[in-house]
Amino acid sequence: MIQLKVNGVERLFDGDPNMPLLWYLRDVLGLTGTKYGCGMALCGACTVHQDGEAVRSCVTRMNALKGTAITTIEAIGKNGLHPVQQKWVEFNVPQCGFCQAGQIMQAIALLKTNPKPNDQDIDDGMAGNICRCGTYQRIRAAIKAAAGESA
Amino acid sequence: MSNMIANVSRRGFLKGVVSAGALVLSVRLVPDFVWGEETGSGTDADRAVLHPTAFVGIDSDGTIYIIAHRSEMGTTSRTSLPLVLADELDADWKRVKIEQAIGDARYGNQDTDGSHSIRDFYPVMREAGATARLMLTRAAAAQWGVPASECESDLHVIVHRASNRRAGYGELAAAAAKLPVPKKEELQFKPKSAWRYVGKGASSYDIVDICTGKAGYGMDAHRDGMVYASVEHPPVLGGKVKSYDEKGPLLVAGVKQTIPIKPFTPPHVFQPLGGVAVIADSTWAAFKGRKKLNVVWDNGPNQSYDSDQYKKYLQETARKPGKVARNLGDVDAAFAKGGKIVEADYYVPHLAHASMETPVALAEFKDGKVTAWAPTQDPQAVQETIAKELGISKEDVICHVTLLGGGFGRKSKPDYVAEAAILSKAVGRPVQVVWSREDDIQFGYYHAVAAMYMKAAVDEKGKPTAWLQRSVFPPIGSTFALNTQYGDAGELGLGWTDLPFDIPNHRAENGPAENHVRIGWFRSVANIYHAFAEQSFADELAHLAGQDPLQYLLDLIGPARIVDVKASAPEYPNQGASTTDYPLDTARLRRVVEIAAENAGWGKRKMGKGTGLGIAAHRSFLTYVATVVEVEVNDQGEVKIPRVETAVDAGFIVNPESTRAQFEGAAVFGTSIVRSGEITAKGGAIEQSNFDTYPVAHMNEAPYHTNVHIVDSSAPPAGVGEPGVPPFAPAMCNAIFAATGKRIRELPLSKVNLKA
Repeated sequence: MIQLKVNGVERLFDGDPNMPLLWYLRDVLGLTGTKYGCGMALCGACTVHQDGEAVRSCVTRMNALKGTAITTIEAIGKNGLHPVQQKWVEFNVPQCGFCQAGQIMQAIALLKTNPKPNDQDIDDGMAGNICRCGTYQRIRAAIKAAAGESA
Repeated sequence: MSNMIANVSRRGFLKGVVSAGALVLSVRLVPDFVWGEETGSGTDADRAVLHPTAFVGIDSDGTIYIIAHRSEMGTTSRTSLPLVLADELDADWKRVKIEQAIGDARYGNQDTDGSHSIRDFYPVMREAGATARLMLTRAAAAQWGVPASECESDLHVIVHRASNRRAGYGELAAAAAKLPVPKKEELQFKPKSAWRYVGKGASSYDIVDICTGKAGYGMDAHRDGMVYASVEHPPVLGGKVKSYDEKGPLLVAGVKQTIPIKPFTPPHVFQPLGGVAVIADSTWAAFKGRKKLNVVWDNGPNQSYDSDQYKKYLQETARKPGKVARNLGDVDAAFAKGGKIVEADYYVPHLAHASMETPVALAEFKDGKVTAWAPTQDPQAVQETIAKELGISKEDVICHVTLLGGGFGRKSKPDYVAEAAILSKAVGRPVQVVWSREDDIQFGYYHAVAAMYMKAAVDEKGKPTAWLQRSVFPPIGSTFALNTQYGDAGELGLGWTDLPFDIPNHRAENGPAENHVRIGWFRSVANIYHAFAEQSFADELAHLAGQDPLQYLLDLIGPARIVDVKASAPEYPNQGASTTDYPLDTARLRRVVEIAAENAGWGKRKMGKGTGLGIAAHRSFLTYVATVVEVEVNDQGEVKIPRVETAVDAGFIVNPESTRAQFEGAAVFGTSIVRSGEITAKGGAIEQSNFDTYPVAHMNEAPYHTNVHIVDSSAPPAGVGEPGVPPFAPAMCNAIFAATGKRIRELPLSKVNLKA
């Protein structure tokens, strides 16, 4: 039995301990905001926060989550949009939008460790998140603007 | 086709969407009589040609429902078409609710591809809006006992200024619903100065849902009691299951059963590939169970497919005479005169769509009918394909269209949705089929691999007097008919038979190629390899002549004129548009070239060591685009793209904001093609499988900044989703030549050593 918190709610998991967190979130809890993109931590679409840090839920197994707190996109901006989400809207970042939950989770984690990232920091911090529609320049601009406002 | 509008308020068409008594207008491109029938009752074969294209409903509380009948995969067609209607109706966008249409022939064409949503439906949406506004105006006038001509609309209200009276759209809806529908000749459109939204733009209707994880993609669809399926497909096209371990997967916790899916009957069209499905209570368990199947395959004749050998075949064939698709003057006579002859071969490999959301679909078979929830570009093709697979009628297939996590042409083919329907019937529960990324990369409808041969005779000034070009690629037609080896007029019309250069002797040819994998539409389609060859060759000729590539390109395009393509390529389809409304106008092509070059500082900047600018221009989907790419190549041969300048003339633009986004995205899409886009096959099986072996551009590899310059135009609207891609690859490779002196004739760049 694995005990963990998801978006502030205590959860008990007694299924396959090797199941990646992604499928627990999506298929068991119905938290479908977190997306499957590759299953190999190659694209970042499944990014969530584990104790505040960005992790790829597609390769994070349930048996590694005992006692940890998971936050998904559903809990971000629950009471009004998070500043990063606000900038995403303001800069009209998404096209198809499928990767954007992962991008936003990654960006929030980046700004937490580096509140004033420069271009290189953003490139490094976001390089693991693929956007096939190619919204990168708007993502960069939105992150910079969000950093500016949190200053 | 004429757009006719009928009042169907009492026909229950939007039952459940709009409350009773609401004013409901339907717009369509069909004869009137069909409208006498109730929705869902129509099984008459004639019904299949019905083409209603949009619906608007106004509720008594003033809520306006606009039906989006085209699929949303990031191009904002779901937002921009309703925006046109809302503007003409003078509606408050904040009070508009967009409802996604199910697949239904009565909406007309729903196949969201080919960059024609705005082109085909702008007039229809506008007429629908104007019609509703006029009916509301007449209802208000009747209520007030004043001439309708004295009344006018203002945001969501009708006003009579003389008596200072006003009434909201909601209040007027019931009365307006009783009025006859005005004729098209009676409609008055808003003057451009009164437009609220069109030409100004809006972000996606779904943007907040997208940013909060609430937006519903295909992968997010849910039905109570649903199970998950993962399908092991034959690794080689046309392969069949010989045997598999039925028990192995059942040992995996959560796996419920295995179900074989029959192989397709050639031609494959949109049929599932066949194989074995594993049904489980989670996607994970289904994926895991699949590994225990140990399928033994009969791979069939396509196991001989080796993409290296095939490449040689394509290149050799491109050097032999082919079928003539366009002929102007006499290239042979010009070549026979001697002088300077230049030849070059170009090659672009197979590409996979790799949309972020893999193919996925949920289907429920119940009482002989299927309901599907799918991220599809073509819900009517879903209906047809499932109907055929299950032997039921098309009308017994309901296809709900979710948001698409990218499409790029892959999701025009509904094989994956048919899998879900077949499996639901077998299991007796709703089934969601989830393709893994590996499935997506290995079982695509690939962008055709292509070889191009170019030959020119140049005069003493370096200008071509004759230009021969020949392309060879497995055609998309091979997906639909056996033994199709030549590109059709449509494919060749994608940038091959419409080369807009001012050359007296010109011939475009096409050679034969068999397909050994499924070939399909891919964002920008054949324009990608055609533009790559033409625009690279133009740049090569410029350098050979010792001339500035920009000026050389403008000289090739020649003076401003309308090119009568059909005179030399009679089958040229011009994207199905009339050449009167959408002529090939070289003035517009010249203009975008000049704008892109000027913004890039072409000829005015001193480029440092390892840096260079490259230019390319291409008209596709009736849109004129020129792109200048700036590259920096370091001593290790690594390429950076600091800046891209793109100029676009797509005619009249409904949504400039999303247009800019499409061209920014096209530069990134183009970057992926140039840097690493390559699908290869050995033993008939695809060698790539995930983003490690089929990489696409990451943020740090993409252009740092793409500036998009939109030409202000009142010409009829053209495409924006695709035309940004074709000029990118040649512009980038021309820039690499300018920076390093190395000519890239074969993609991708990952195969080229650019080390100094």
